Order: sequence, then C-alpha cells, then structure tokens
Amino acid sequence: MSELAFFIDYSRCIGCQACVQACEECDTHRGRSLIHLETIERRDSVQTAPQVCMHCQDPICAQVCPADAIKQTAEGVVQSSLKPRCIGCSNCVLACPFGVPKYDGDADQMMKCDMCYDRTSTGRRPMCATVCPSGALAFTTIEEIMRTRQGRAVNDWQFGDQHVRTKVFVLVPTEVTRVNVAIIPLSSLRQAQPPADPYDVAALLEAH
Amino acid sequence: MARLPASIPDLVAQFGPHLNREPSGGWTTLGEPDRIVPTHCCFCGQQCGIQLKVKDEKIVGFEPWEAFPFNKGKLCPKGVKRYMQDEHPDRLLTPLVRDEARGFQPIDWDAAIDRAAREIRRIQSAYGPDAFAVLTGASLTNEKAYLMGKFARVAVRTANIDYNGRLCMVSAAAACKKILGIDRSANPWSDIPKAKVILVAGANIAECAPITTDYLWQARENGAQIIVLDPRMTPIARTADLFIPVRPGGDIGVFYGMLHVMARRGWINREFIAAHTTGWDAVEAIVERYTPEYAATVAGVPASMIVRAAELWGPAETSFLLHARGIEHHSKGVENCMAAINLVVATGRIGREGCGYAMITGQGNGQGAREQGQKCDQLPGARDLENPAHRDYIAGVWGVDESTIPHTGLSAVPLLEAIHDGRIKGLLLICFNPAVSLPDGEFIREALSRLEFFTVIDFFMSETARYADLVLPGSLMEEDEGTTTNVEGRVIHHRQVVRPPEGARQDWRIICDIAKRLGAGDKFAYESTRDIFEELRIASKGGVADYAGITWERIDHEMGVFWPCPSLDHPGTPRLYEGWRFGHPDGKAHFQPADWRPAAEEPDAEYPIVLTTGRVVSQYLSGTQTRRIGALVDQYPQPRCEIHPRLAGSIGVADGDFVRVESRRGAVVVRAQVVKTIRPDTVFVPYHWPLGRSANNCTNRAIDPVSHIPEFKICAVRVSRVSEPSDDIAALEPAAGGVR
Repeated sequence: MSELAFFIDYSRCIGCQACVQACEECDTHRGRSLIHLETIERRDSVQTAPQVCMHCQDPICAQVCPADAIKQTAEGVVQSSLKPRCIGCSNCVLACPFGVPKYDGDADQMMKCDMCYDRTSTGRRPMCATVCPSGALAFTTIEEIMRTRQGRAVNDWQFGDQHVRTKVFVLVPTEVTRVNVAIIPLSSLRQAQPPADPYDVAALLEAH
Repeated sequence: MARLPASIPDLVAQFGPHLNREPSGGWTTLGEPDRIVPTHCCFCGQQCGIQLKVKDEKIVGFEPWEAFPFNKGKLCPKGVKRYMQDEHPDRLLTPLVRDEARGFQPIDWDAAIDRAAREIRRIQSAYGPDAFAVLTGASLTNEKAYLMGKFARVAVRTANIDYNGRLCMVSAAAACKKILGIDRSANPWSDIPKAKVILVAGANIAECAPITTDYLWQARENGAQIIVLDPRMTPIARTADLFIPVRPGGDIGVFYGMLHVMARRGWINREFIAAHTTGWDAVEAIVERYTPEYAATVAGVPASMIVRAAELWGPAETSFLLHARGIEHHSKGVENCMAAINLVVATGRIGREGCGYAMITGQGNGQGAREQGQKCDQLPGARDLENPAHRDYIAGVWGVDESTIPHTGLSAVPLLEAIHDGRIKGLLLICFNPAVSLPDGEFIREALSRLEFFTVIDFFMSETARYADLVLPGSLMEEDEGTTTNVEGRVIHHRQVVRPPEGARQDWRIICDIAKRLGAGDKFAYESTRDIFEELRIASKGGVADYAGITWERIDHEMGVFWPCPSLDHPGTPRLYEGWRFGHPDGKAHFQPADWRPAAEEPDAEYPIVLTTGRVVSQYLSGTQTRRIGALVDQYPQPRCEIHPRLAGSIGVADGDFVRVESRRGAVVVRAQVVKTIRPDTVFVPYHWPLGRSANNCTNRAIDPVSHIPEFKICAVRVSRVSEPSDDIAALEPAAGGVR
C-alpha cells in the first residue's frame, strides 16, 4: 500500500463550502480558512471548484520568494511563509499558477493551505478532505482511487512553457496524462466564439 | 392576548438573532480537549455522525467521526458549524412572561410551570378540552416525540396535537404506506452505489442532503446513469446524464409518460406484477393516455426527454429512485409520490441489492418523529389512532382507559386556521417556528396573535416565541440524550455532550413537570430519557415501526439498528420487502392510480409567474438555529430571488436589483439573482428568513387532501423591480429579516 495522497475531482464539487468552513477549524490556523472555493460563473452555471495548495515538488512560490520564507517539509508539504522572514511582497501570490497563496494583511504574511500539516503529520486526514460530502476532495491511497474512481489521477501540469509536478493529484479523463493549461493570446480572444451554453435551462427546453 | 409585547427591532435587540462567530474561548489554538464525544448532527434527516470536543464543560469544536458508516466523517457546512450554537449569547436562560409594553420579564421556574398548567385547564374548562392544542416538531428525539404524543393525550387530554413533519414527510409517508405498506425508505443508502440507473425527483441533494452526493457519485463511478427532475439545474443536475427541467407540479407527466413508453416497449415486469401486486390495470388505463406528447404538455418539457428517461430507466438491470419535497410539497403531493413509486413497482426492481426506493427525509428526526405518535391521527409504533386494537394496546401501555384517549384532531395547517377563527384558544408549542415555516405567513402570524394563551418551549427566542405569553427555555440536542431515526430507518444514539446552561432545562423534564401539575404525574414519572425509550420500545412492539428489540447498547455496538426490529435477537431490517413481501396484510404491493390535476393556484394573467421555494445548503428549516451562526449566515446572508435572464429582461430586472415577489396573499422583497439555471417561467426564493424576507408570505395554504401537506412548491406571483426597502424590518441585520 502506498502512502496517503491528496486527490481533487472537480466534477464532483457541489459548492457546499463544507471545506471552507472546516478549514478554519484546523488547529494551526483556527478562525482562518485557507482553502479557496471558486464559483465559476453563477449566472451561467452552478459549477464550483475547490482549490487547495497543490504542493509543487519544486514550488514556484518558493522560487520567487526574495526572503526565502517558503519552506517544504521532508514530506514535500509546502508551508505558509515563515513569519519572521516574510516581507509581504506578494511575489508568491503573483507567481503561483494555481492562485493559491494569499497575503494576509492582519497577519502581515503570506498564508496558504499546508495540507493540515498538524493533522497529516499525526496520521489524521486533512479537514477539508475528511468532511467533503461529495468526494471532490479525498485523502487516500492511489490504489483506492484507482479502485473506486473512473478516469486517471495526474499530477503533471503544463502552463505554457512551464512544467510543474505537484504532490496533489487531480482526476481527469483517462486519455489525459498531463493537464495542459494553454496560454491564450489576448488577440485570439476576439475571434473566439462565445462559449456554448450547456447549462441554460431555457435553451434545454427548446433544444429538443 | 398574544400580540407582540414590544416592537420587532426591540425584540431583536434583546433576543436576537445575533451571530456567534467564535467558539467558546475564541479562535486560539485549542490543544487537547478534555473529551471527544461521538454523537450526531442535528441539522437534517441524514443525521451524520460527528464528534464534539469538550473543554472545561463547554463544546469548543468538532472532529469528524470517520468510523460511523453512514457518512464516514463527511459533513456539510451546517454540521461543521453546528457547535457554534452552544455558548450562544441568545440562549434563553430563564422562563419569561409576556409583559404588555415592557417586552418579556423573567419569572422563576416553579411559577412558570404552574402558569403553563393553570392556563391549559382554564382554557379547557372555558371552551372545551380540544380548545387547547399542542404543536411539536420533527427535530425532536424519538423519546421526546413519544413524550409529546402521550402528554397531549394523557396529560392535556386534547385531540389537537400535530407537528411540523406536516410540512415535510407526510406526502411521501402516505404514498409509501398506500403502495408498499410501510412508511420508511425501502433501502439502506449502501444500495445506492449498486444501482445502474438513479432517478432523483424534486430533491436538491447537493444542498438539502449533501452527504448523499457521495453515494450518487459513487454510483456514477460504477457506471450508473443519473436522471434528475427539477425546475432548477441543481449541482447534481448539472452533470446528470439526463436533466429534465420539469415545471413545478408537472412531475406526474414525466412519471406516467415514462410508464407509457415502458409499456409500449415491453419494459414493464408483468410477471412480477401478476404475482406480487394489485391494481396495475387501473394505473395502466391512465398511463395509456400519457403519450410522450401529452405527457410533455403536463411536464412542461420536450417529449424527447421523457422518452429518453424511459429508455434509461425501463430496461435497467438495477435502479434506485429518490424523491423529496420537490414532488411532495403540493396539493397533489401524495399523488405525485404514488406516481413515482408506481414507476418503481412496475419494474419489480425493489427489495433486493441495488434495487430500491427512498424518500429523502428533511428534518432531523423526520423519520422517527412521525412514528412515535405526535401526529394528529397516530399512536406510537406508527399505529392508527382510529384502530380499536391499536387504541387498546396503547391504552394498556399508558395505563389509561381506552375511552379517555382522544380521537383524530386537526393537522398543522387546519389547526392554525382553527386558532385564526377562534375555535382553538390556547397552544403549547415546541420545536416549531410556524411564523416562518408555514405558508401564508401574514395569516399565520395573525393567528398566533389571536391566542388567549400561548406557551413556547425553545432554546432561542424564535420568531414564533415572540408571540408567546410564556417562554420556557429548553435544551439543545447535545444537552440531552436520546435516539433519532435517520433517513434510512437506522435508529441512532445522540449522546449528551454537556449539561444545559444554568437556567435552561431539558425539554422532557419541562413537559413531565407540566404533566405533574396537570395531575398526570404518575404517568410521567420518568427518571431519564432512557426510561422513556424503554416505554417507547414496549409501545412500538407489534407495530409497523417496531423498536422492541432495539437498545441503546445495541445502537452503539452496531452503529445503529434499522427498524423493524421486533426482538433482541433480531438483526434489524436494513432492506425492506426482501423476497417481495410487502407491508400489506396480503403481502402484495398495491398500485395506486392518480391522474394529474392542476395546482390549487396556477399562474394566470394577473399573477403570471410560478414561485417555488426551497432551501440553501447553509441554512436549516426556519433558521432559528442556523441564522444565529455567523459562518453560515456569511455563506448566504439573505434570500435572493433566482430568475432567468429572459424573464428578468422582460420585466427590466438586473442582477442585484431589489424585486417584489407578490402573490394574492402577501409579498417578499429580496435581491434578484439572475441565473440561466432556472426555468424562465418560474422564480425561486429560499424560505429560511422571517418577516419581509419570508418567501412564505407568498405561498399558499392549500393542502393535500390526504397528507395535509401545504403547497409550498407552487403558487402564482408577479415580480417587479422596486427600490431598496427602508422600513424598520429592512434596517435589521439580514439574519433578523433585514436587507443589505
């Protein structure tokens, strides 16, 4: 049996915010939720997506930190900035391809998801992945995921020219082996067709 | 006289709802708690396992309970934050009496109990025994539900006791009983992931039963196809294999259209029907007329969707049907549910692994609280109040003469109507907030203000309690011990985690004390809630909902026990109808025919739009509890009117504008949320808020003739853009009925 890992299946998310509410119950940052739940475009759809820190193997946030304030544990968990070092410059906020780190004005430091290090380091599962009622967030073994889920768990990402490998996996269709986030030149947007509207109920009623 | 004793802003300033944003002791690092107590969430019928952390005799947080098999640690935001109602500044800590013009004044417990009992007898001797009524709730434990039924009949001696399950499960319950013979979900949830097709009708699972989501998604991982009927594209509908945006009240069109296609294509299990059912011919005769084209006009969706649904459901190997208030909250709620269950029984796919049927219970103890005899027509063990043998048996358990047990009384809505027209003069109410939760809100609030004497037991000053002459401070679920029965029919154990705060008392002790003052002390001589459970076991013995073999020790050891469980060596019954033995005396399922008919109020030229109501994930029922928890209020602070951009455009409404949603009965002013995820002929407003923000100001008091459920899911309204309201109520915090 391999070690426990973090998996995200965006297609399961129902936007209930149990993860957001549970995150602030974590003992190392009680009262401060560090997970992000994105509402994609409520006018068009109820689609939502949770975003924990992906814990890059070679974290970009740490690479760009001029104060060397972002450290990784031996297990590969990328931690919030070290308070005495963080200068609040927000380089990490701008550089993270996943939009995870946020500068917290009250604390005057960058804070982000640390995969519930206090819990995972003592054999418990992260708060968000334990309570998530849809299974969009899961903390389990890769074998268990392969046994119970369709698709493929990947942790390889391509952002334009930048290749990133993360500790956290996402579930994608089986034919996908690497998530390729293409960079779309602004000039091409004007020619792009408006997105189809699969979630417009009025259109559904007329389509048949 | 029970008119409000002070202005609403003054009452809100004194009693809330205020928001609790921090756990006891603040958001400091907690460290090790003194103890962690496994129990269950009180918000909704899923009754998820949860562990509460206690430090210095205060609940300070939670820890997921991964060992509990139903939810395995999973929780929704309500479960995560439920502990924030402990140590809440709004807790009532002394009995209060209404004091004209001065608001509420504290009195001591002895005087309060004496007053409660004295007023019951005064009203009864002046106007007759049934002029005093009792209203209760489906969030009470089984023990308290049992106690309330016995209290009304043995201590108060009134026929008029009913409960807020009347707004919840009664349509499903009646349909289930008529067709299958037993009022309970037929299967444990573990059957859901084993089904190849799942049909979800009128159930916003993601928001109202979030934990069930994982069961659905697990079925999908196993290859299941999911069909969803809902006027709104809910989070489950968004990725369903087939989403049918049925018009409110059009569900029978889909069910019978499907049956029509299935009959034509040979997907009806005629062998099963012949051997194990009665009444199919009458159903088939109706279904014959529901061609996809006709069914489409009833359902308000393209015929092709109905055909596709039949093609998915008809030939499936295994299947599971789930429904909830969306099809039940209608003046034809029972008929809607019967049509859905007919769809299950016609395939014979019930009573075995991966094949079944369930209604998704809404309230905390929606299942158990309707079995213990607090319905106006029912005795414990889901027994019938008008069945002489049932009456005799319960009279024996209670040690009373059968003739002293009152007969059937009024159900919740007619009971409020009887208060309004003066036939009922006094009321004792617990665990119910009709000022927010009943339809036609202005009428209901007027009724409450006409009571001669009104006693409320609650832990917070609910919008209803404001009308009371006497308020008795009761207990939270975690301050008492008892059982509930979850959505699956699994009886579970709520442990006492902490004591009630100084000044508040456990609900059952309050009731027993009033019973003693009423001269029935010998019938209410319980030392603990366990004593009540032991009596409940005997009272339910031999009934449909048989708890005789269930003990608190068994529940703990077996992680819940499914009723019926008639003896200690009986394993309990997770799955009903195995071997196709149904609950009727003949052992068969009884098909029930029911043709579609319109709602009590359909849209017309004057009120051209349909209003439908429901819940949001962060609020529970009338919000008495969840509107006091800051984190849940922040998640969705005030009700919004979901409206399709086409309809919004046609009436000049933009996202965020204030709109007035107005029916023949009343109006609600809320911000518009313009979304493409709702039918363009329908608007949606959630109902958890009071006063000017109460969707129930608009809804219709029309009830189903059998179940007496009100028609919350359809009424006719007009919608118009208005300026931001600036009255006293609008100026309150959103949790109290204000706007932002």
